Amino acid sequence: MKSLLLIGWRTLTKPSGYYSLGALVIGGFIAGIIFWGGFNTALEVTNTEAFCISCHEMENNVYEELKTTIHFTNRSGVRATCPDCHVPHNWTSKIARKMQASKEVWGTIFGTINTREKFLVHRRRLAENEWRRLKANDSLECRNCHNFDYMDFTAQSERAAYQHSTALASGEKTCIDCHKGIAHKLPDMKGVEGW
Amino acid sequence: MKDLKLVSIAGLIALLSTLFLAPILTSFTVHAADKAERNTVATLRDHTEIDSQKEPNPIPKVINNDIKKARNYPMQPPVIPHTIRSYEVNKYNNKCMSCHSRHRTEKSQAPMVSVTHFMNRDGNFLAEISPRRYFCNQCHVTQLDAEPLVENTFIDMHSLMKQKTANTTEH
Ligand code: HEC
Ligand code: HEC
Ligand code: HEC
Ligand code: HEC
Repeated sequence: MKSLLLIGWRTLTKPSGYYSLGALVIGGFIAGIIFWGGFNTALEVTNTEAFCISCHEMENNVYEELKTTIHFTNRSGVRATCPDCHVPHNWTSKIARKMQASKEVWGTIFGTINTREKFLVHRRRLAENEWRRLKANDSLECRNCHNFDYMDFTAQSERAAYQHSTALASGEKTCIDCHKGIAHKLPDMKGVEGW
Repeated sequence: MKDLKLVSIAGLIALLSTLFLAPILTSFTVHAADKAERNTVATLRDHTEIDSQKEPNPIPKVINNDIKKARNYPMQPPVIPHTIRSYEVNKYNNKCMSCHSRHRTEKSQAPMVSVTHFMNRDGNFLAEISPRRYFCNQCHVTQLDAEPLVENTFIDMHSLMKQKTANTTEH
């Protein structure tokens, strides 16, 4: 056992006979770039709407509903896509979110949500996960596009200006507290605060 | 002999049918003429010929100024002075009530639904709004920033009474 380990150690430490140290370092560097780049590209691909709606659970339910809302068509022509609202742009939380998303892949394979009816059964739980996330990050995704500091209350409707200049300005509430169901139909809201 | 009888029956039928059909047919043609001449019914097609495609009108905007409109008679359901785009009212939830219900009005500063909404059809008060009042948009609607197609000749009670008293004092 000990001698085996020793042989392994010797091969690792022995200078390479064919390649110079420099070539090895550069090669390693390039391989690193390729690996990192590939990882990044994979993340980029999974960060598109096309990827999200490649699953029928996503396309037939939430995507169809999104199409009728202001975040799909509006006078400004700015489209909010799924990753704009659902994947944090921040790098570390992006990874964390992807790890959580692996659970979704599990869901499709084992068919937890393969009909509209099943989706509706699960909707409250899924929505609550999203509300909790947005509440915890102070509606970060919303704020990536809607910046409170640049809101012109005089251009908003009276109801909007009143709520934004009081509860929102004071930090008592965040966007998701008041704007649930902004992109999709809501689940049964019984017992949710404010309903 | 038999042939002659047949012919006369056929003739009789022809005569009868013309007698019956003539007024119906003429009434049709008269109506058609009427329409071409004095087509005063206002439609969104705005008198465009039936065989041509009209340039669509611009879609009017929903009034969103949060200013209460006067009611035309005391029992009129008030109209909604704001947009309600994407507001869901269905068996799962009622977005209107997230501002207009009794316990939400303090936060929202919106008017509370009328007490009549808590009554069931026997006039008893319930703890929550009555199911028959649940679907808000059956009675309450938004208003569009548009010219009415047809002039409204409705006169409310107050104006009527004012006219009456004005007339009687003249005499
Ligand atoms: C492999 C198919 C598949 C793909 C691709 C997919 N989803 Fe999902 N998604 C699911 C399933 C299944 C669930 C339900 C998981 C469960 O039951 O917990 C789900 C749940 C969700 C939820 C509910 C939130 C939660 O934490 O419970 C959100 C939000 C979501 N997906 C967004 C997205 C977005 C954004 C993308 C694209 C970046 C995406 N999904 C791609 C299948 C998929
Ligand atoms: C990709 C950018 C983007 C993101 C992310 C985004 N929005 Fe929006 N939002 C828009 C645009 C663009 C409009 C339409 C502006 C216009 O033309 O009036 C809009 C409109 C709205 C409106 C007005 C609705 C109406 O009927 O007038 C609300 C409320 C809103 N967003 C809330 C949110 C909330 C809450 C979130 C987070 C969950 C969010 N938005 C995330 C871009 C975004
Ligand atoms: C205390 C509740 C509350 C909070 C918190 C809140 N809003 Fe609103 N917001 C409203 C109300 C009420 C309206 C007007 C009615 C509606 O659109 O439902 C409104 C309207 C809007 C509009 C449309 C503007 C208009 O003139 O109608 C946008 C855009 C919007 N909110 C974005 C946001 C964003 C982004 C955040 C978080 C930074 C946020 N809101 C936080 C209550 C709130
Ligand atoms: C404007 C922001 C926005 C966009 C764009 C958006 N979502 Fe959502 N999504 C939300 C919010 C907020 C929730 C939390 C539930 C709610 O309030 O409706 C949610 C909830 C969900 C859920 C949980 C089930 C549910 O309906 O509550 C899924 C799944 C989901 N979104 C997937 C998607 C997918 C897939 C897309 C792209 C087709 C997408 N979302 C686009 C904001 C958005």
